[in-house]
Amino acid sequence: MHLARVIGTVVASRKDEGLTGIKLLIVQPLTPDHAATGRPLVALDSVGAGAGEDVFYVRGREASFPFLPAEVPADAAIVGIVDHWHVEKTR
Amino acid sequence: MILGRVVGTVVATRKDERLLGAKLLVVRTIDPRGKDEAGYTVAVDTVDAGVHERVLVVTGSSARMASGLKDSPVDAAIVGVVDSVEVQE
Repeated sequence: MHLARVIGTVVASRKDEGLTGIKLLIVQPLTPDHAATGRPLVALDSVGAGAGEDVFYVRGREASFPFLPAEVPADAAIVGIVDHWHVEKTR
Repeated sequence: MILGRVVGTVVATRKDERLLGAKLLVVRTIDPRGKDEAGYTVAVDTVDAGVHERVLVVTGSSARMASGLKDSPVDAAIVGVVDSVEVQE
């Protein structure tokens, strides 16, 4: 899983039936220092996350698991909202 | 999933039989603000997307979970046509 911040939303009316009713969010992956790293991507929301929140998301086939037994074509899904994290500084 | 812009089509007569009838589109990866990024992908279209449209592309093994692609040799599928994108900074 990866840390990220929700930075936006995507609206799509014409889409795979499996995606009906599921929120699409844009997430920016973060380093433990809260710095942006890598490209933003679109992730399905399974926990009620919103813009500005720090979250963690899962990639790959497992991204569809939160929506079982529905078969959702997803390769990224937000599975938790982060309250806080702490990483020790290394030198 | 990634955002992309449909930039073309692919026609292939000789192909895996599970791809018969599949519409193959060339998708340019874009960032949420619409700027082109490096890289093109050939994706199977499952939502009747067209050239110039912004689309949502699912990649990897999850692509096979798109409608009609069960057991197909596919690693990228277009699963949505994007109406709008909103980015807050």
